Amino acid sequence: MPLVIALVLLVIGSVVFHFMSPWFLTPIASHWDTVDVTIDITFWVTGVVFVAINLFMAYAVYKFRYNKDRRSLYEPENKKLEWWLTGVTALGVAAMLTPGLFVWADFVTPPEDAMIVEAVGQQWHWSYRFPGKDGVLGIVDNGAVTDDNPFGMNPDDPNGQDDILIASPEVHLPLGVPVKALLRSKDVLHNFTVTQFRVKMDLVPGLVSYQWFTPTVAGRYELLCEELCGIGHHTMRGHVVVEEPAAFEAWLDAQPTYAELLAKAPGDAAAGAPLYAVCTACHGAQGEGNPLLNAPKLAGQGAWYMKRQLEYFKSGVRGSHELDVFGQQMAPMAAVLADETAINNVVAYIQTLPDVPAISTVMGDVEHGEDIYETCAYCHAADGSGIQSLNAPRQAGMSDWYLVTQLKNFKQGIRGQHPDDGYGPQMGLMANILPDDQAINDLVAYINTLEIKDAEASE
Amino acid sequence: MGISVGIMFFIMAVVAGWLLKQSFSTRPWIARTTIVEGHSGSFPQPSAKIGLWVFLAVVTSLFALFISAYTTRMELGDWRPLPEPPLLWFNTAILILSSIALQWARHSADSEEIGGVRKGLAAGGLLTIGFMIGQLVAWQQLGDLGYHASSNPANGFFYLITGLHGLHMLGGLVAWGRTSIKVWRGCEPAEVRLSVELCTAYWHFLLVIWFVLFGLMLST
Amino acid sequence: MAYVAHDETAYVAPLEVEEEHLYHAKTWLGKYVFCQDAKVIAIQYACTAMGIGLVALVFSLIMRLQLGFPNTFAFIAPEDYYQYVTMHGMIMVIYLLTALFLGGFGNYLIPLMVGARDMVFPYVNMISFWVYFLAVLILVASMFVPGGATGSGWTLYPPQAVTSGTPGSDLGIILMLVSLIVFIIGFTMGGLNYVVTVLQGRTRGMTLMRMPLTIWGIFMATVLALLAFPALLVACIMMLFDKIIGTSFFMPAVISMGEQLPHTGGSPVLFEHLFWFFGHPEVYIVALPAFGIVSDLLSTHARKTIFGYRMMVWAIVVIGGLSFIVWAHHMYVSGMNPYFGFFFATTTLIIAIPTAIKVYNWVLTLWHGNIRLNVPMMFAIGFIFTFINGGLTGLFLGNVTVDLPLSDTYFVVAHFHMVMAVSPVLVVFGAIYHWYPKMTGRMLNDSLGKVHFWITFLGTYAIYYPMHYLGFLGLPRRYYAMGPTEFMPASAQSLNQFITIAALVVGAAQLIFLYNLITSYRNGKESGDNPWESTTLEWQTAETPPGHGNFGKDLPLVYRWAYDYSVPGAPSDFLPQNLPPQGGSAEGIKED
Repeated sequence: MPLVIALVLLVIGSVVFHFMSPWFLTPIASHWDTVDVTIDITFWVTGVVFVAINLFMAYAVYKFRYNKDRRSLYEPENKKLEWWLTGVTALGVAAMLTPGLFVWADFVTPPEDAMIVEAVGQQWHWSYRFPGKDGVLGIVDNGAVTDDNPFGMNPDDPNGQDDILIASPEVHLPLGVPVKALLRSKDVLHNFTVTQFRVKMDLVPGLVSYQWFTPTVAGRYELLCEELCGIGHHTMRGHVVVEEPAAFEAWLDAQPTYAELLAKAPGDAAAGAPLYAVCTACHGAQGEGNPLLNAPKLAGQGAWYMKRQLEYFKSGVRGSHELDVFGQQMAPMAAVLADETAINNVVAYIQTLPDVPAISTVMGDVEHGEDIYETCAYCHAADGSGIQSLNAPRQAGMSDWYLVTQLKNFKQGIRGQHPDDGYGPQMGLMANILPDDQAINDLVAYINTLEIKDAEASE
Repeated sequence: MGISVGIMFFIMAVVAGWLLKQSFSTRPWIARTTIVEGHSGSFPQPSAKIGLWVFLAVVTSLFALFISAYTTRMELGDWRPLPEPPLLWFNTAILILSSIALQWARHSADSEEIGGVRKGLAAGGLLTIGFMIGQLVAWQQLGDLGYHASSNPANGFFYLITGLHGLHMLGGLVAWGRTSIKVWRGCEPAEVRLSVELCTAYWHFLLVIWFVLFGLMLST
Repeated sequence: MAYVAHDETAYVAPLEVEEEHLYHAKTWLGKYVFCQDAKVIAIQYACTAMGIGLVALVFSLIMRLQLGFPNTFAFIAPEDYYQYVTMHGMIMVIYLLTALFLGGFGNYLIPLMVGARDMVFPYVNMISFWVYFLAVLILVASMFVPGGATGSGWTLYPPQAVTSGTPGSDLGIILMLVSLIVFIIGFTMGGLNYVVTVLQGRTRGMTLMRMPLTIWGIFMATVLALLAFPALLVACIMMLFDKIIGTSFFMPAVISMGEQLPHTGGSPVLFEHLFWFFGHPEVYIVALPAFGIVSDLLSTHARKTIFGYRMMVWAIVVIGGLSFIVWAHHMYVSGMNPYFGFFFATTTLIIAIPTAIKVYNWVLTLWHGNIRLNVPMMFAIGFIFTFINGGLTGLFLGNVTVDLPLSDTYFVVAHFHMVMAVSPVLVVFGAIYHWYPKMTGRMLNDSLGKVHFWITFLGTYAIYYPMHYLGFLGLPRRYYAMGPTEFMPASAQSLNQFITIAALVVGAAQLIFLYNLITSYRNGKESGDNPWESTTLEWQTAETPPGHGNFGKDLPLVYRWAYDYSVPGAPSDFLPQNLPPQGGSAEGIKED
């Protein structure tokens, strides 16, 4: 008897939960409402079956409970009933499948005039490429990928020259225009999913897959990787901004083409030297840093990283959080650098400064820190030298007290949560594995013991 | 994957067809005593033989899947066929001879001539060992020519498939060894008849597999 | 309509097996360790499988702790989490469920239920277990090598599984692959035994269509496994080549940690095809034995013939056959040729029809039955409920369009746990409560059994039913932590916490079961030979637990099918399969 009640309650509970639950499909933001309709049909068919069979079973368990004076009905089979049930089931299955196949046919045939955008996945971030004016994407090859050519472009391919390269996890798309997203991976399987668009597809290294959709609601949507891609899988996120076509065009025009990127001159250290004069006051003449002034060591840090941070400080991505006291000091200093060239030059100058390991100031349990660093080593490398292609800066031999501050800032959301900070949230998620200040100290104490084996190779 | 699907389907169809024959028009809830008198529907063959057949179905599935993988991988751009060493033709001939020798052993066992069994088994085994040495030499030759497993998937598949075929031969040689020891210690032909028969069937099977694999590699 | 008829009784000589044909252990080692008796091998399989399964259960609880309370437990780092995910899945699917259903129940029940003294190749059977044991040891060893076990998910997709962004991408993955290869070799040895014993070892009168559905389920699952495991074997060998020798079967040109790897041109999708060509039949390798066993539990405890036996047999065969042409429904969004979606969605939904028929027939077996609601029966009914739920959500994922938003979310996790974890495990529990008396001669404690049932049944539903809705919301699976998101309400995290708490309760409840298993071995109520008044042969043995050789001197003769319950006019409500018809007496009713 309790079983009968339990079965009935479970059925009722499941149905009530379905209708009352605040957790259901997010509001749709693409033209794929047909997918939602198919889900509805499936819900109705399966829901009826679920309720009917289980209530029937509950009734049977109740009505035919044991009675020692009674015998079961002897009925090995009932052909007619069985064929009826088979037929009805087949009908129900067909009712669910048929609309599904029609929608799928739509999904596999993107419209001819769909706008092309290529999404490039790699451990553990996104970048994008638009075909530019000629409408044709240039040839790419994973074998050609280097730190300077992260897209694996072929400099000799004329089609590639006007390709627009978006080296940021955020991409913009126009409202109401069909988009065919070509999907390409540089390393492992990934998956391009915007929950509100309802569709998804894997990125497979070695081939180009696709999906298409027409964004129908303006907004900023989270892009998730939904195919396990290694230890940073959960941090591989991006954003898709859907906006009016005019705004989109304006955004796209502001992005660099491949030819423009190629034409950029490298930073000039000689020109950077006078610019660095401003920095010496805090960071020291040799870029050695000064803990008393909360200025970290700069010498030896990756150029790409310093360049990005200077741009962040300049544009208010960093140093604008009210609790980021020292960052607020840096922001106006970065503003002194007039433009990208100035930034490149000063960074080039810093690259020429001698890299002397910073003095250790943080004490902690090195063994415990080593345990924790296992996770960090995936991106920042086992010797703490950092890996540019993973956006992971160098840590070994840099100012340890600064690492402590920044880890706390990441953990508390003081750093890395600005909407324009594409790579910060990643570190925010990862810093969360440090439960308390002691763990941070232990970790940094371990980093202090690291030595970069081949200083040349790490730059 | 089409090939594998086809073969699996064929095997499942055999199973289903055989079941159909057993179950069609049977109403099992009707108790009958007559059915007791005969048998239970099992095959009138020794279990070991049925066991071997089931095992051969598994091996068929294994090689079919390798072939599927081979043909799928072949269609990708970087496939560079490798020249099959002429030695493989010679090896094939040796393998054919070993099958013939075992067939002879089987025939002798049927007609209870222990001498023929001995000679057939010995010849078959030695020829098989010769085949395997020949395969190793072929590997050596390819390696010397610079066709390493890692340089192209075609090479990788070549080593993989021939290696796996060789491992199955090696397994066969274990069974062959057990039978031969029995025979050389002196026993009645009837005692080893089944073993010899099963060895022979296995050899024929592996010969057919080799034909298929060799043909596949020649034609691609 | 009349149901029972028989011909005149004719005397038939019983089948005797000469003593020397039976294996006899001479030493202690031979009796308890390297034993060739299928019943002992079954218990060895079951204990090993449940032991390693318990480890996997603990892993799942650790995962749930992280998901319910992220950033709380410092000992769960991301690499640990992904290793737990991988090991939990791999162990549960292969080393626990496959080994337990086929190696455990298969070994114990096949010879007893078909009326054989043992498996046809007892020596190979013994080796099979030890090879399996070795595979488990290698698997466990992979957790302790430098870098730890592989964390690439149980699907082991390349390139991820072998590149350094994944935990355990060196020794971990190599040992995992070796362990799988060893497992498959061991399984093939056992599988040959199960198939050939069913084909050849049946006693006189035990025609195929008189076999209990348990045997049908195990038989067809074994056939599937024998044909499908080679696909995994091929995939494992080729991946080992890629990893160790540097071939490019599955590995395209990729960059790992900023460095170019030497591979070019391989196809990860090829691996996925091979994996799921094994992986989908694997679902039925676990499900079919459960289907079979639950049919027998329902029939026995409802005191009613199984409804539509022939349809049930055919459903098992058809499901088995179809399971080879549905594999790519796991790959709708894998980047394979999207046109395959049409074919695989159609075949997948077709397979729902025979599966639905089985469900109808189970429920119709209860209808007009005389239901004894004891513990095995409660688990069987719990199974039907869970399986209906899990089966229906399969129709969501099998339908290619509906799969688009749901694949790779918690909906998938909830679905396959409902259908492939909870359902079969409820059957496993039901089966253990059912056959424990035969294996030990003692009943399991009834009250503890009921407590165990209620917590497990309600608890697992509380875990997995709401989890589907996290999937609708878009929560991706295999995320170490979701962190702050814009599209999920904060309340989703409280649902996650609820699920974690439910999981901990269910996990703890299994200790009750273990306690029951251990204490009842000595203190349980004596069961007698046939406590459930069942018809099948294993309950008709002379001794309980059955001695070596199973059936004493004479093998039983089978006169009837396995489901003669409540036959009109019969003196008792069950007629054992080896009960001769009483010529023209009360039991016989003329056909009309």
